[in-house]
Amino acid sequence: MEIKNAAAGTLESGDILIQIAPATQAGLHIDLDSTVAYQFGAQIKKVITETLTGLGMDNADVKATDKGALDCTIRARVTAAFVRATGKDVWAD
Amino acid sequence: MFVPGNNPGMMQDAFIYGPDSIMLDLEDSVTMAEKDTARLLVHNALKTIDYGNTEMVVRINPLNTPYGKKDIEAVVKAGVHVIRMPKTETADEVREVEAEIERVEKEIGCLGRTQIMAAIESTLGVINAYDIAVASKRMMGIALGAEDYSANLKTQRSPEGIELLLARQTIVVAARAAGIDALDTVYSNLNDMETFRKEVELIKQLGFDGKSIINPRQIEVVNEVFAPKEKDIQKALTILAAIKEAEERGSGVIAVNGKMVDRPVVIRAQRTIDLAIASGIINKEDI
Repeated sequence: MEIKNAAAGTLESGDILIQIAPATQAGLHIDLDSTVAYQFGAQIKKVITETLTGLGMDNADVKATDKGALDCTIRARVTAAFVRATGKDVWAD
Repeated sequence: MFVPGNNPGMMQDAFIYGPDSIMLDLEDSVTMAEKDTARLLVHNALKTIDYGNTEMVVRINPLNTPYGKKDIEAVVKAGVHVIRMPKTETADEVREVEAEIERVEKEIGCLGRTQIMAAIESTLGVINAYDIAVASKRMMGIALGAEDYSANLKTQRSPEGIELLLARQTIVVAARAAGIDALDTVYSNLNDMETFRKEVELIKQLGFDGKSIINPRQIEVVNEVFAPKEKDIQKALTILAAIKEAEERGSGVIAVNGKMVDRPVVIRAQRTIDLAIASGIINKEDI
């Protein structure tokens, strides 16, 4: 899957900024910066991973800066960054 | 209550303040560059967040933009209750939105689920208000959008709202004739609650069913103005109890406290009770 650098989201409270870049090594690599990383870090990474693999993306470097986003917001921001990185239409299915 | 569709923090908190209806906005509060991300946010929020009994509305972009059809697809698939059309001017525009909703609903097998509200924000829209109100069986309400309407009139909004009087009355009359709701425009000066209260009192007197708001601080004032008084609730309950008793006896005409109760009186009494329930003064189960 061909991808370019792309981002979606903001640094406002309740949001998350997702930045996707071409993989520098095989697999999904998520660099998470979150105010609630200790409590929810594993869950946030799980939602990002599930969303991207569900969209067919298995190789990418992902930088996530979280400001307390709900899972539905994380999914929306990851999907938006994916669309911007790949140009794919997620509404087609 | 209007909530920007690109602000997840506000979208997740809006429910806490207890508005009757939350309107997630994909139109004016979202920049062109963020239309795609806001659509995904709104779609995921509608699918995931439990908004309880709150009516969920999404204001879409017009169909003559690159965003309108995609907005409809995203929010219908997420199970939105009502789609709000912006800047509606003709019945044909309503039918175009209806056709698009139907296409998506057929695809996912939920035909007839989504209702439509049309915002009337121009002089042409006001002229066509009744045609718009009856353009589709899905129409649940028409609403005034006063900022664009005032600009179209070549005037500006005044505290008294005299420039909006014809539009407001036309919209209420059209909505009543069509049997749907009439909803008033927003008041955006949050520092002038006194003028806001006067405006809510005015539009209630004109016959509107409710008012659009932009901030949780405005909810209390709208509820206070629209909430029926205790005396009116008791009177309405007496009338409805008398009607029920008369129906059980098979009697057509009744009197309460020496006054004949005819159909308009019963309709007003029922509306008082509906408002009392909506305002949280009485519970449906207690009647």
